[in-house]
Amino acid sequence: MSELIKFREIIEFTLGDSVLEITYIISSILFIIGLKMLSRPDTARRGNIWAAVGMALAIVSTIIFHQQDGEPIGNVGLILAAIAIGTLIGTLIARRVQMTAMPQLVSFFNGMGGAAAALISLMEFPHISQELITRHGMLNGQVLVILLALMIGSVSFSGSMIAFGKLDGRIGDIRSGALRVVNIILLVLLVGFIVYIMSLGQVNPHEVAYLTYILLAVSLIYGISFVMPIGGADMPVVISLLNSFTGVAAAMGGFLYDNQVMLTGGILVGSAGTILTILMCKAMNRSLTNVIIGAFGGAPAGAVGPGGHIKEISISDAAVLLNYSPRVLIIPGYGLAVAQAQMLCHELDKMLERNGVDVKYAIHPVAGRMPGHMNVLLAEADIPYDKLLESEEANEQMEDVDVAVIIGANDVVNPAAEEDPSSPIAGMPILQVYNAKNVIVMKRGMGKGYAGIENNLFFEDNTSMLFGNAKDSLQQIINEIKNM
Amino acid sequence: MESILEFIYVHREMIFIVILSIFLGVEVISNVPSVLHTPLMSGANAIHGVVIIGAIIVMGHAGTTLSLVFGFLAVVLGTLNVVGGFVVTDRMLGMFKKKQK
Repeated sequence: MSELIKFREIIEFTLGDSVLEITYIISSILFIIGLKMLSRPDTARRGNIWAAVGMALAIVSTIIFHQQDGEPIGNVGLILAAIAIGTLIGTLIARRVQMTAMPQLVSFFNGMGGAAAALISLMEFPHISQELITRHGMLNGQVLVILLALMIGSVSFSGSMIAFGKLDGRIGDIRSGALRVVNIILLVLLVGFIVYIMSLGQVNPHEVAYLTYILLAVSLIYGISFVMPIGGADMPVVISLLNSFTGVAAAMGGFLYDNQVMLTGGILVGSAGTILTILMCKAMNRSLTNVIIGAFGGAPAGAVGPGGHIKEISISDAAVLLNYSPRVLIIPGYGLAVAQAQMLCHELDKMLERNGVDVKYAIHPVAGRMPGHMNVLLAEADIPYDKLLESEEANEQMEDVDVAVIIGANDVVNPAAEEDPSSPIAGMPILQVYNAKNVIVMKRGMGKGYAGIENNLFFEDNTSMLFGNAKDSLQQIINEIKNM
Repeated sequence: MESILEFIYVHREMIFIVILSIFLGVEVISNVPSVLHTPLMSGANAIHGVVIIGAIIVMGHAGTTLSLVFGFLAVVLGTLNVVGGFVVTDRMLGMFKKKQK
Protein backbone atom coordinates (compact mmCIF):
# COMPACT_ATOMS: atom_id res chain seq x y z
CA MET A 1 0.00 0.00 0.00
CA SER A 2 2.91 2.37 0.60
CA GLU A 3 4.62 1.63 -2.70
CA LEU A 4 4.88 4.83 -4.70
CA ILE A 5 2.92 4.83 -7.92
CA LYS A 6 4.31 7.35 -10.37
CA PHE A 7 1.78 8.78 -12.67
CA ARG A 8 3.00 11.42 -15.01
CA GLU A 9 0.45 14.06 -15.60
CA ILE A 10 1.48 16.99 -17.71
CA ILE A 11 -1.07 19.73 -17.62
CA GLU A 12 -1.18 21.51 -20.92
CA PHE A 13 -4.15 23.39 -22.17
CA THR A 14 -5.18 26.19 -24.44
CA LEU A 15 -7.41 29.09 -23.49
CA GLY A 16 -10.02 27.38 -25.64
CA ASP A 17 -9.94 24.44 -23.23
CA SER A 18 -10.52 26.85 -20.42
CA VAL A 19 -13.49 28.44 -22.17
CA LEU A 20 -14.84 24.94 -22.84
CA GLU A 21 -14.70 24.03 -19.15
CA ILE A 22 -16.38 27.31 -18.20
CA THR A 23 -19.26 26.64 -20.57
CA TYR A 24 -19.51 23.10 -19.18
CA ILE A 25 -19.86 24.55 -15.69
CA ILE A 26 -22.55 26.94 -16.90
CA SER A 27 -24.34 24.09 -18.69
CA SER A 28 -24.27 21.93 -15.56
CA ILE A 29 -25.72 24.78 -13.51
CA LEU A 30 -28.44 25.27 -16.12
CA PHE A 31 -29.29 21.54 -15.98
CA ILE A 32 -29.64 21.67 -12.21
CA ILE A 33 -31.70 24.87 -12.24
CA GLY A 34 -33.76 23.49 -15.10
CA LEU A 35 -34.61 20.30 -13.22
CA LYS A 36 -35.39 22.30 -10.09
CA MET A 37 -37.75 24.59 -12.01
CA LEU A 38 -39.30 21.60 -13.80
CA SER A 39 -40.53 20.29 -10.48
CA ARG A 40 -42.72 23.36 -9.80
CA PRO A 41 -45.85 24.01 -11.87
CA ASP A 42 -45.38 27.76 -12.27
CA THR A 43 -41.76 27.57 -13.44
CA ALA A 44 -41.75 24.23 -15.23
CA ARG A 45 -41.84 25.53 -18.77
CA ARG A 46 -39.02 28.01 -18.24
CA GLY A 47 -37.03 25.28 -16.50
CA ASN A 48 -37.25 23.10 -19.57
CA ILE A 49 -36.06 25.98 -21.74
CA TRP A 50 -33.12 26.72 -19.43
CA ALA A 51 -32.04 23.09 -19.57
CA ALA A 52 -32.29 23.20 -23.36
CA VAL A 53 -30.14 26.36 -23.41
CA GLY A 54 -27.57 24.56 -21.28
CA MET A 55 -27.54 21.68 -23.72
CA ALA A 56 -27.14 23.93 -26.75
CA LEU A 57 -24.29 25.75 -25.05
CA ALA A 58 -22.49 22.50 -24.27
CA ILE A 59 -22.90 21.20 -27.82
CA VAL A 60 -21.79 24.40 -29.56
CA SER A 61 -18.76 24.91 -27.39
CA THR A 62 -17.73 21.26 -27.73
CA ILE A 63 -17.72 21.65 -31.50
CA ILE A 64 -15.74 24.90 -31.35
CA PHE A 65 -13.29 24.32 -28.52
CA HIS A 66 -12.87 20.60 -27.91
CA GLN A 67 -9.40 19.20 -28.51
CA GLN A 68 -7.96 15.75 -28.26
CA ASP A 69 -4.16 15.51 -28.27
CA GLY A 70 -4.03 19.00 -29.73
CA GLU A 71 -6.39 18.12 -32.56
CA PRO A 72 -9.57 20.17 -32.86
CA ILE A 73 -12.90 18.60 -33.78
CA GLY A 74 -12.89 17.52 -37.43
CA ASN A 75 -15.70 16.57 -39.79
CA VAL A 76 -17.58 19.65 -38.60
CA GLY A 77 -19.71 19.74 -41.74
CA LEU A 78 -20.85 16.17 -41.23
CA ILE A 79 -21.47 16.74 -37.52
CA LEU A 80 -23.67 19.72 -38.29
CA ALA A 81 -25.48 17.67 -40.94
CA ALA A 82 -26.12 14.89 -38.42
CA ILE A 83 -27.42 17.41 -35.88
CA ALA A 84 -29.64 18.95 -38.54
CA ILE A 85 -31.12 15.56 -39.46
CA GLY A 86 -31.70 14.68 -35.80
CA THR A 87 -33.28 18.06 -35.09
CA LEU A 88 -35.60 17.83 -38.06
CA ILE A 89 -36.82 14.31 -37.33
CA GLY A 90 -36.99 14.93 -33.57
CA THR A 91 -39.05 18.09 -33.93
CA LEU A 92 -41.38 16.52 -36.45
CA ILE A 93 -42.07 13.48 -34.29
CA ALA A 94 -42.38 15.50 -31.09
CA ARG A 95 -44.84 17.97 -32.65
CA ARG A 96 -47.00 15.48 -34.50
CA VAL A 97 -47.53 12.78 -31.92
CA GLN A 98 -50.87 12.59 -30.11
CA MET A 99 -50.78 13.47 -26.44
CA THR A 100 -52.16 10.02 -25.59
CA ALA A 101 -49.03 8.53 -27.12
CA MET A 102 -46.80 10.54 -24.79
CA PRO A 103 -45.35 7.67 -22.75
CA GLN A 104 -44.21 5.67 -25.75
CA LEU A 105 -42.63 8.78 -27.23
CA VAL A 106 -40.58 9.37 -24.08
CA SER A 107 -39.58 5.73 -24.28
CA PHE A 108 -38.56 6.08 -27.91
CA PHE A 109 -36.36 9.13 -27.29
CA ASN A 110 -34.86 7.40 -24.27
CA GLY A 111 -33.92 4.45 -26.46
CA MET A 112 -32.16 6.78 -28.89
CA GLY A 113 -29.96 8.10 -26.08
CA GLY A 114 -29.13 4.56 -25.00
CA ALA A 115 -28.20 3.58 -28.54
CA ALA A 116 -25.94 6.62 -28.87
CA ALA A 117 -24.14 5.66 -25.65
CA ALA A 118 -23.67 2.09 -26.89
CA LEU A 119 -22.30 3.26 -30.25
CA ILE A 120 -19.79 5.55 -28.55
CA SER A 121 -18.51 2.65 -26.44
CA LEU A 122 -18.14 0.42 -29.48
CA MET A 123 -16.03 3.06 -31.17
CA GLU A 124 -13.91 3.89 -28.13
CA PHE A 125 -13.03 0.33 -27.17
CA PRO A 126 -10.22 -0.07 -29.74
CA HIS A 127 -8.72 3.24 -28.58
CA ILE A 128 -8.11 2.27 -24.97
CA SER A 129 -4.95 3.90 -23.72
CA GLN A 130 -1.94 1.74 -24.64
CA GLU A 131 -0.17 2.94 -21.53
CA LEU A 132 -2.93 1.64 -19.28
CA ILE A 133 -2.85 -1.76 -20.99
CA THR A 134 0.92 -2.14 -20.62
CA ARG A 135 0.66 -1.42 -16.91
CA HIS A 136 -2.53 -3.23 -15.95
CA GLY A 137 -3.68 -5.26 -18.92
CA MET A 138 -7.39 -5.03 -19.59
CA LEU A 139 -8.15 -4.77 -15.90
CA ASN A 140 -8.44 -0.99 -15.78
CA GLY A 141 -11.04 1.69 -15.20
CA GLN A 142 -11.29 2.72 -18.82
CA VAL A 143 -12.25 -0.76 -19.98
CA LEU A 144 -14.78 -1.06 -17.16
CA VAL A 145 -16.38 2.28 -18.00
CA ILE A 146 -16.60 1.48 -21.71
CA LEU A 147 -18.08 -1.99 -21.17
CA LEU A 148 -20.60 -0.74 -18.61
CA ALA A 149 -21.73 2.07 -20.91
CA LEU A 150 -22.05 -0.44 -23.74
CA MET A 151 -24.09 -2.86 -21.67
CA ILE A 152 -26.36 -0.31 -19.97
CA GLY A 153 -26.83 1.70 -23.16
CA SER A 154 -27.86 -1.34 -25.22
CA VAL A 155 -30.17 -2.73 -22.53
CA SER A 156 -31.78 0.70 -22.32
CA PHE A 157 -32.14 0.85 -26.10
CA SER A 158 -33.72 -2.54 -26.73
CA GLY A 159 -35.76 -2.34 -23.51
CA SER A 160 -37.13 1.06 -24.47
CA MET A 161 -38.05 -0.16 -27.92
CA ILE A 162 -40.00 -3.08 -26.42
CA ALA A 163 -41.70 -0.71 -23.96
CA PHE A 164 -42.53 1.55 -26.90
CA GLY A 165 -44.00 -1.38 -28.83
CA LYS A 166 -46.05 -2.52 -25.86
CA LEU A 167 -47.54 0.88 -25.12
CA ASP A 168 -48.26 1.33 -28.78
CA GLY A 169 -50.08 -2.00 -28.77
CA ARG A 170 -47.72 -3.57 -31.27
CA ILE A 171 -46.23 -6.09 -28.86
CA GLY A 172 -48.12 -8.26 -26.42
CA ASP A 173 -46.96 -9.56 -23.06
CA ILE A 174 -45.15 -12.83 -22.71
CA ARG A 175 -45.69 -13.89 -19.17
CA SER A 176 -43.83 -17.06 -18.52
CA GLY A 177 -41.81 -18.19 -15.57
CA ALA A 178 -39.20 -19.53 -17.99
CA LEU A 179 -38.37 -16.03 -19.14
CA ARG A 180 -37.57 -15.09 -15.57
CA VAL A 181 -34.98 -17.86 -15.42
CA VAL A 182 -33.62 -16.82 -18.82
CA ASN A 183 -33.27 -13.26 -17.50
CA ILE A 184 -31.21 -14.32 -14.53
CA ILE A 185 -29.00 -16.48 -16.75
CA LEU A 186 -28.50 -13.62 -19.22
CA LEU A 187 -27.60 -11.18 -16.45
CA VAL A 188 -25.04 -13.59 -15.00
CA LEU A 189 -23.71 -14.15 -18.50
CA LEU A 190 -23.33 -10.41 -19.11
CA VAL A 191 -21.48 -9.77 -15.86
CA GLY A 192 -19.34 -12.85 -16.43
CA PHE A 193 -18.49 -11.73 -19.94
CA ILE A 194 -17.39 -8.29 -18.73
CA VAL A 195 -15.20 -9.94 -16.10
CA TYR A 196 -13.78 -12.22 -18.80
CA ILE A 197 -12.90 -9.32 -21.13
CA MET A 198 -11.25 -7.49 -18.26
CA SER A 199 -9.19 -10.52 -17.33
CA LEU A 200 -7.64 -10.91 -20.78
CA GLY A 201 -4.40 -9.26 -19.69
CA GLN A 202 -2.14 -7.51 -22.17
CA VAL A 203 -3.92 -7.74 -25.47
CA ASN A 204 -4.31 -5.41 -28.36
CA PRO A 205 -7.83 -4.00 -28.00
CA HIS A 206 -8.18 -3.94 -31.79
CA GLU A 207 -7.87 -7.69 -31.91
CA VAL A 208 -10.48 -8.37 -29.24
CA ALA A 209 -12.89 -5.69 -30.44
CA TYR A 210 -15.18 -8.43 -31.76
CA LEU A 211 -15.90 -9.33 -28.12
CA THR A 212 -17.63 -5.98 -27.66
CA TYR A 213 -19.98 -6.87 -30.51
CA ILE A 214 -20.88 -10.09 -28.72
CA LEU A 215 -21.46 -8.09 -25.53
CA LEU A 216 -23.66 -5.73 -27.55
CA ALA A 217 -25.73 -8.61 -28.93
CA VAL A 218 -26.25 -10.27 -25.54
CA SER A 219 -27.13 -6.93 -23.93
CA LEU A 220 -29.70 -6.22 -26.61
CA ILE A 221 -31.28 -9.63 -26.02
CA TYR A 222 -31.27 -9.04 -22.28
CA GLY A 223 -33.03 -5.68 -22.74
CA ILE A 224 -35.78 -7.42 -24.70
CA SER A 225 -36.28 -10.31 -22.31
CA PHE A 226 -36.09 -7.93 -19.33
CA VAL A 227 -39.07 -5.86 -20.47
CA MET A 228 -41.01 -8.61 -22.26
CA PRO A 229 -42.64 -10.26 -19.20
CA ILE A 230 -43.56 -6.97 -17.53
CA GLY A 231 -47.22 -6.03 -17.92
CA GLY A 232 -48.34 -3.01 -19.91
CA ALA A 233 -49.63 -1.25 -16.80
CA ASP A 234 -46.14 -1.24 -15.36
CA MET A 235 -44.50 0.22 -18.45
CA PRO A 236 -44.22 3.77 -17.01
CA VAL A 237 -42.17 2.41 -14.13
CA VAL A 238 -39.99 0.51 -16.59
CA ILE A 239 -39.53 3.57 -18.80
CA SER A 240 -38.59 5.66 -15.81
CA LEU A 241 -36.10 2.98 -14.78
CA LEU A 242 -34.61 2.74 -18.28
CA ASN A 243 -34.49 6.53 -18.31
CA SER A 244 -32.20 6.49 -15.31
CA PHE A 245 -30.18 3.66 -16.92
CA THR A 246 -29.46 5.86 -19.92
CA GLY A 247 -28.46 8.62 -17.51
CA VAL A 248 -25.89 6.29 -15.96
CA ALA A 249 -24.64 5.25 -19.42
CA ALA A 250 -24.16 8.94 -20.30
CA ALA A 251 -22.27 9.44 -17.04
CA MET A 252 -19.93 6.58 -17.96
CA GLY A 253 -19.12 8.59 -21.08
CA GLY A 254 -18.26 11.43 -18.73
CA PHE A 255 -15.67 9.25 -17.02
CA LEU A 256 -14.32 8.12 -20.35
CA TYR A 257 -13.75 11.60 -21.74
CA ASP A 258 -13.07 13.33 -18.41
CA ASN A 259 -16.09 15.36 -19.35
CA GLN A 260 -17.85 16.94 -16.39
CA VAL A 261 -20.99 18.06 -18.17
CA MET A 262 -21.72 14.51 -19.34
CA LEU A 263 -21.04 13.33 -15.84
CA THR A 264 -23.31 15.79 -14.03
CA GLY A 265 -26.07 15.56 -16.63
CA GLY A 266 -25.99 11.77 -16.64
CA ILE A 267 -25.83 11.27 -12.89
CA LEU A 268 -28.53 13.88 -12.22
CA VAL A 269 -30.89 12.01 -14.50
CA GLY A 270 -29.74 8.69 -13.08
CA SER A 271 -30.58 9.66 -9.50
CA ALA A 272 -33.64 11.79 -10.28
CA GLY A 273 -34.93 9.01 -12.52
CA THR A 274 -34.49 6.44 -9.78
CA ILE A 275 -36.39 8.59 -7.29
CA LEU A 276 -39.13 9.16 -9.83
CA THR A 277 -39.33 5.39 -10.40
CA ILE A 278 -39.71 4.83 -6.68
CA LEU A 279 -42.37 7.56 -6.43
CA MET A 280 -44.32 5.86 -9.21
CA CYS A 281 -44.08 2.50 -7.47
CA LYS A 282 -45.25 4.14 -4.25
CA ALA A 283 -48.31 5.53 -5.98
CA MET A 284 -49.23 1.95 -6.84
CA ASN A 285 -48.10 0.74 -3.42
CA ARG A 286 -45.74 -1.80 -4.91
CA SER A 287 -42.05 -2.40 -4.67
CA LEU A 288 -39.73 -2.14 -7.62
CA THR A 289 -38.77 -5.82 -7.37
CA ASN A 290 -42.44 -6.66 -7.43
CA VAL A 291 -42.84 -4.75 -10.68
CA ILE A 292 -39.78 -6.31 -12.30
CA ILE A 293 -40.36 -9.89 -11.17
CA GLY A 294 -44.03 -9.27 -11.89
CA ALA A 295 -46.82 -10.40 -9.60
CA PHE A 296 -49.53 -9.01 -11.86
CA GLY A 297 -51.32 -11.68 -13.79
CA GLY A 298 -48.87 -14.27 -12.53
CA ALA A 299 -51.64 -16.43 -11.13
CA PRO A 300 -55.14 -15.53 -12.25
CA ALA A 301 -56.96 -14.82 -8.99
CA GLY A 302 -59.92 -17.09 -9.44
CA ALA A 303 -60.48 -17.46 -5.71
CA VAL A 304 -62.69 -14.41 -5.38
CA GLY A 305 -65.85 -15.11 -7.24
CA PRO A 306 -67.68 -11.96 -8.23
CA GLY A 307 -71.04 -11.79 -6.54
CA GLY A 308 -74.38 -10.45 -7.60
CA HIS A 309 -75.51 -9.22 -10.94
CA ILE A 310 -74.82 -6.05 -12.81
CA LYS A 311 -77.31 -3.29 -13.50
CA GLU A 312 -77.33 -1.36 -16.73
CA ILE A 313 -78.46 2.22 -17.18
CA SER A 314 -79.85 3.76 -20.34
CA ILE A 315 -78.47 6.92 -21.92
CA SER A 316 -81.56 8.95 -21.04
CA ASP A 317 -81.60 7.77 -17.43
CA ALA A 318 -77.95 8.65 -17.14
CA ALA A 319 -78.61 12.09 -18.61
CA VAL A 320 -81.46 12.75 -16.17
CA LEU A 321 -79.43 11.52 -13.22
CA LEU A 322 -76.50 13.75 -14.13
CA ASN A 323 -78.55 16.83 -14.92
CA TYR A 324 -80.51 16.79 -11.66
CA SER A 325 -77.70 15.98 -9.26
CA PRO A 326 -76.08 18.78 -7.31
CA ARG A 327 -72.62 17.26 -7.28
CA VAL A 328 -70.99 15.16 -9.97
CA LEU A 329 -67.48 13.73 -9.80
CA ILE A 330 -65.83 12.46 -12.96
CA ILE A 331 -63.13 9.80 -12.64
CA PRO A 332 -61.26 9.65 -15.92
CA GLY A 333 -59.06 6.71 -16.85
CA TYR A 334 -57.02 5.70 -19.82
CA GLY A 335 -60.17 4.51 -21.59
CA LEU A 336 -61.23 8.15 -21.84
CA ALA A 337 -57.97 9.06 -23.49
CA VAL A 338 -58.04 6.11 -25.86
CA ALA A 339 -61.54 7.06 -26.98
CA GLN A 340 -60.27 10.64 -27.48
CA ALA A 341 -63.22 11.79 -25.40
CA GLN A 342 -61.55 14.51 -23.30
CA MET A 343 -63.14 17.32 -25.31
CA LEU A 344 -66.61 15.81 -25.07
CA CYS A 345 -66.08 15.31 -21.39
CA HIS A 346 -65.34 19.00 -21.03
CA GLU A 347 -68.39 19.86 -23.10
CA LEU A 348 -70.62 17.78 -20.84
CA ASP A 349 -68.98 19.39 -17.85
CA LYS A 350 -69.69 22.92 -19.15
CA MET A 351 -73.28 22.04 -19.98
CA LEU A 352 -73.90 20.58 -16.54
CA GLU A 353 -72.29 23.59 -14.87
CA ARG A 354 -74.66 25.86 -16.78
CA ASN A 355 -77.53 23.85 -15.36
CA GLY A 356 -76.21 24.39 -11.86
CA VAL A 357 -74.41 21.10 -11.32
CA ASP A 358 -71.09 21.19 -9.51
CA VAL A 359 -68.63 19.14 -11.59
CA LYS A 360 -65.18 18.08 -10.41
CA TYR A 361 -62.60 15.56 -11.56
CA ALA A 362 -60.77 13.08 -9.37
CA ILE A 363 -57.35 12.17 -10.66
CA HIS A 364 -55.74 9.03 -9.34
CA PRO A 365 -51.93 9.25 -9.32
CA VAL A 366 -51.62 6.38 -11.80
CA ALA A 367 -54.58 7.28 -13.98
CA GLY A 368 -53.54 7.22 -17.61
CA ARG A 369 -50.36 5.47 -18.56
CA MET A 370 -47.99 7.52 -16.44
CA PRO A 371 -48.26 9.52 -13.26
CA GLY A 372 -49.47 12.96 -14.26
CA HIS A 373 -50.41 11.73 -17.73
CA MET A 374 -54.13 12.30 -17.11
CA ASN A 375 -53.46 15.88 -16.03
CA VAL A 376 -51.67 16.50 -19.31
CA LEU A 377 -54.55 14.99 -21.27
CA LEU A 378 -57.20 17.00 -19.44
CA ALA A 379 -55.11 20.14 -19.81
CA GLU A 380 -55.14 19.50 -23.53
CA ALA A 381 -58.94 19.66 -23.40
CA ASP A 382 -58.79 23.03 -21.59
CA ILE A 383 -60.26 21.71 -18.37
CA PRO A 384 -59.38 24.21 -15.63
CA TYR A 385 -56.79 23.29 -13.05
CA ASP A 386 -58.96 24.00 -10.01
CA LYS A 387 -61.48 21.36 -11.08
CA LEU A 388 -58.97 18.57 -10.69
CA LEU A 389 -58.91 16.92 -7.28
CA GLU A 390 -56.14 14.67 -6.06
CA SER A 391 -57.07 11.27 -4.64
CA GLU A 392 -57.11 12.18 -0.94
CA GLU A 393 -59.10 15.35 -1.47
CA ALA A 394 -61.61 13.48 -3.60
CA ASN A 395 -61.99 10.67 -1.08
CA GLU A 396 -62.75 13.15 1.71
CA GLN A 397 -65.62 14.61 -0.29
CA MET A 398 -66.85 11.32 -1.72
CA GLU A 399 -69.81 10.91 0.61
CA ASP A 400 -71.30 14.21 -0.61
CA VAL A 401 -70.99 13.20 -4.25
CA ASP A 402 -74.34 12.42 -5.85
CA VAL A 403 -73.03 10.78 -9.00
CA ALA A 404 -69.54 9.47 -9.59
CA VAL A 405 -68.97 8.93 -13.29
CA ILE A 406 -66.15 6.54 -14.07
CA ILE A 407 -64.97 6.88 -17.63
CA GLY A 408 -62.61 4.18 -18.79
CA ALA A 409 -61.01 3.59 -15.39
CA ASN A 410 -61.04 0.27 -13.60
CA ASP A 411 -58.22 -0.76 -11.29
CA VAL A 412 -57.98 2.65 -9.58
CA VAL A 413 -61.56 2.28 -8.29
CA ASN A 414 -61.41 -1.43 -7.46
CA PRO A 415 -62.34 -1.98 -3.78
CA ALA A 416 -60.40 -5.27 -3.88
CA ALA A 417 -57.31 -3.16 -3.20
CA GLU A 418 -58.71 -2.48 0.27
CA GLU A 419 -60.75 -5.60 0.97
CA ASP A 420 -58.88 -8.54 -0.46
CA PRO A 421 -55.32 -8.94 0.83
CA SER A 422 -54.60 -11.65 -1.76
CA SER A 423 -55.46 -9.35 -4.66
CA PRO A 424 -52.55 -8.32 -6.88
CA ILE A 425 -53.44 -4.69 -6.28
CA ALA A 426 -53.89 -5.13 -2.52
CA GLY A 427 -52.86 -2.00 -0.67
CA MET A 428 -52.89 0.30 -3.67
CA PRO A 429 -54.58 3.56 -2.68
CA ILE A 430 -57.84 3.81 -4.62
CA LEU A 431 -60.58 6.33 -5.21
CA GLN A 432 -63.34 5.25 -2.82
CA VAL A 433 -66.21 5.76 -5.24
CA TYR A 434 -68.26 3.13 -3.41
CA ASN A 435 -68.95 5.93 -0.89
CA ALA A 436 -70.69 8.03 -3.52
CA LYS A 437 -74.49 7.93 -3.64
CA ASN A 438 -74.62 6.74 -7.24
CA VAL A 439 -71.97 5.39 -9.53
CA ILE A 440 -72.11 5.26 -13.31
CA VAL A 441 -69.40 3.20 -14.96
CA MET A 442 -68.78 3.89 -18.64
CA LYS A 443 -67.00 0.93 -20.12
CA ARG A 444 -66.76 -0.83 -23.42
CA GLY A 445 -67.59 -4.22 -21.95
CA MET A 446 -67.10 -6.37 -18.90
CA GLY A 447 -63.39 -6.68 -19.70
CA LYS A 448 -60.90 -6.55 -16.89
CA GLY A 449 -58.51 -3.71 -16.17
CA TYR A 450 -54.79 -3.81 -16.74
CA ALA A 451 -54.24 -5.73 -13.55
CA GLY A 452 -56.42 -8.48 -15.02
CA ILE A 453 -58.75 -8.82 -12.06
CA GLU A 454 -62.47 -8.66 -11.46
CA ASN A 455 -63.92 -5.44 -10.05
CA ASN A 456 -66.62 -5.95 -7.41
CA LEU A 457 -67.61 -2.32 -7.61
CA PHE A 458 -69.56 -3.19 -10.75
CA PHE A 459 -71.82 -5.47 -8.74
CA GLU A 460 -72.66 -2.92 -6.02
CA ASP A 461 -76.29 -1.85 -5.64
CA ASN A 462 -75.61 1.80 -6.32
CA THR A 463 -73.53 1.07 -9.42
CA SER A 464 -74.97 1.21 -12.93
CA MET A 465 -73.09 0.23 -16.03
CA LEU A 466 -73.23 2.18 -19.27
CA PHE A 467 -71.62 0.01 -21.92
CA GLY A 468 -70.19 1.41 -25.11
CA ASN A 469 -67.40 3.57 -26.44
CA ALA A 470 -66.90 6.52 -24.07
CA LYS A 471 -66.99 9.02 -26.90
CA ASP A 472 -70.32 7.77 -28.26
CA SER A 473 -71.89 7.51 -24.82
CA LEU A 474 -70.82 11.02 -23.86
CA GLN A 475 -72.07 12.43 -27.15
CA GLN A 476 -75.45 10.76 -26.66
CA ILE A 477 -75.74 12.03 -23.10
CA ILE A 478 -74.91 15.55 -24.26
CA ASN A 479 -77.59 15.37 -26.97
CA GLU A 480 -80.07 14.04 -24.44
CA ILE A 481 -79.40 16.88 -21.99
CA LYS A 482 -79.66 19.42 -24.80
CA ASN A 483 -83.14 18.15 -25.61
CA MET A 484 -84.34 18.25 -22.04
CA MET B 1 -6.97 -4.26 -7.21
CA GLU B 2 -4.08 -1.90 -7.78
CA SER B 3 -5.58 -0.62 -11.00
CA ILE B 4 -8.93 -0.01 -9.34
CA LEU B 5 -7.33 1.96 -6.52
CA GLU B 6 -5.40 3.89 -9.12
CA PHE B 7 -8.57 4.61 -11.08
CA ILE B 8 -10.24 5.90 -7.94
CA TYR B 9 -7.31 8.15 -7.06
CA VAL B 10 -6.93 9.57 -10.54
CA HIS B 11 -10.65 10.19 -10.84
CA ARG B 12 -11.27 11.24 -7.23
CA GLU B 13 -12.74 14.60 -8.21
CA MET B 14 -15.17 12.98 -10.62
CA ILE B 15 -16.21 10.49 -7.96
CA PHE B 16 -16.97 13.42 -5.67
CA ILE B 17 -19.07 14.95 -8.42
CA VAL B 18 -20.93 11.67 -8.87
CA ILE B 19 -21.74 11.34 -5.18
CA LEU B 20 -22.79 14.96 -4.76
CA SER B 21 -24.85 14.80 -7.97
CA ILE B 22 -26.71 11.75 -6.70
CA PHE B 23 -27.80 13.63 -3.60
CA LEU B 24 -28.57 16.71 -5.65
CA GLY B 25 -30.76 14.74 -8.05
CA VAL B 26 -32.72 13.26 -5.18
CA GLU B 27 -33.06 16.64 -3.48
CA VAL B 28 -34.18 18.46 -6.62
CA ILE B 29 -36.86 15.93 -7.46
CA SER B 30 -38.27 14.85 -4.13
CA ASN B 31 -40.97 17.50 -3.74
CA VAL B 32 -42.46 17.30 -7.21
CA PRO B 33 -46.26 17.16 -7.36
CA SER B 34 -47.62 14.14 -9.23
CA VAL B 35 -49.08 16.46 -11.90
CA LEU B 36 -45.56 17.11 -13.08
CA HIS B 37 -44.26 13.54 -13.09
CA THR B 38 -44.68 13.03 -16.81
CA PRO B 39 -43.18 16.36 -17.94
CA LEU B 40 -40.36 15.95 -15.45
CA MET B 41 -39.53 12.49 -16.71
CA SER B 42 -39.59 13.78 -20.25
CA GLY B 43 -37.36 16.75 -19.36
CA ALA B 44 -34.88 14.51 -17.54
CA ASN B 45 -34.98 12.23 -20.56
CA ALA B 46 -33.85 15.15 -22.73
CA ILE B 47 -31.04 16.01 -20.33
CA HIS B 48 -29.40 12.59 -20.56
CA GLY B 49 -29.09 13.38 -24.24
CA VAL B 50 -25.73 14.88 -23.18
CA VAL B 51 -24.32 11.64 -24.58
CA ILE B 52 -24.38 13.61 -27.79
CA ILE B 53 -21.21 15.36 -26.57
CA GLY B 54 -19.46 11.99 -26.57
CA ALA B 55 -20.85 11.25 -30.02
CA ILE B 56 -19.52 14.57 -31.32
CA ILE B 57 -16.09 13.80 -29.86
CA VAL B 58 -16.06 10.34 -31.50
CA MET B 59 -17.08 11.79 -34.83
CA GLY B 60 -14.75 14.78 -34.58
CA HIS B 61 -11.75 12.51 -34.13
CA ALA B 62 -12.87 9.60 -36.27
CA GLY B 63 -9.92 7.82 -37.87
CA THR B 64 -11.75 5.18 -39.88
CA THR B 65 -14.81 5.20 -42.08
CA LEU B 66 -16.50 2.80 -39.69
CA SER B 67 -16.09 5.12 -36.72
CA LEU B 68 -17.22 8.03 -38.86
CA VAL B 69 -20.40 6.17 -39.86
CA PHE B 70 -21.12 5.01 -36.32
CA GLY B 71 -20.28 8.47 -34.99
CA PHE B 72 -22.67 10.03 -37.48
CA LEU B 73 -25.39 7.63 -36.41
CA ALA B 74 -24.67 8.34 -32.74
CA VAL B 75 -24.91 12.11 -33.29
CA VAL B 76 -28.23 11.72 -35.13
CA LEU B 77 -29.66 9.51 -32.37
CA GLY B 78 -28.31 11.79 -29.63
CA THR B 79 -29.86 14.83 -31.30
CA LEU B 80 -33.18 12.98 -31.56
CA ASN B 81 -33.01 12.37 -27.83
CA VAL B 82 -32.16 15.98 -27.00
CA VAL B 83 -34.37 17.87 -29.42
CA GLY B 84 -37.32 15.49 -29.30
CA GLY B 85 -37.17 15.42 -25.53
CA PHE B 86 -37.13 19.18 -25.04
CA VAL B 87 -39.75 19.89 -27.70
CA VAL B 88 -42.17 17.33 -26.34
CA THR B 89 -41.70 18.56 -22.76
CA ASP B 90 -42.35 22.10 -23.91
CA ARG B 91 -45.49 20.98 -25.71
CA MET B 92 -46.81 19.26 -22.61
CA LEU B 93 -46.05 22.20 -20.34
CA GLY B 94 -47.47 24.64 -22.86
CA MET B 95 -50.87 23.07 -22.35
CA PHE B 96 -50.65 23.49 -18.61
CA LYS B 97 -49.89 27.16 -19.06
CA LYS B 98 -52.78 27.85 -21.38
CA LYS B 99 -55.50 27.03 -18.94
CA GLN B 100 -53.90 28.55 -15.88
CA LYS B 101 -54.70 32.05 -17.07
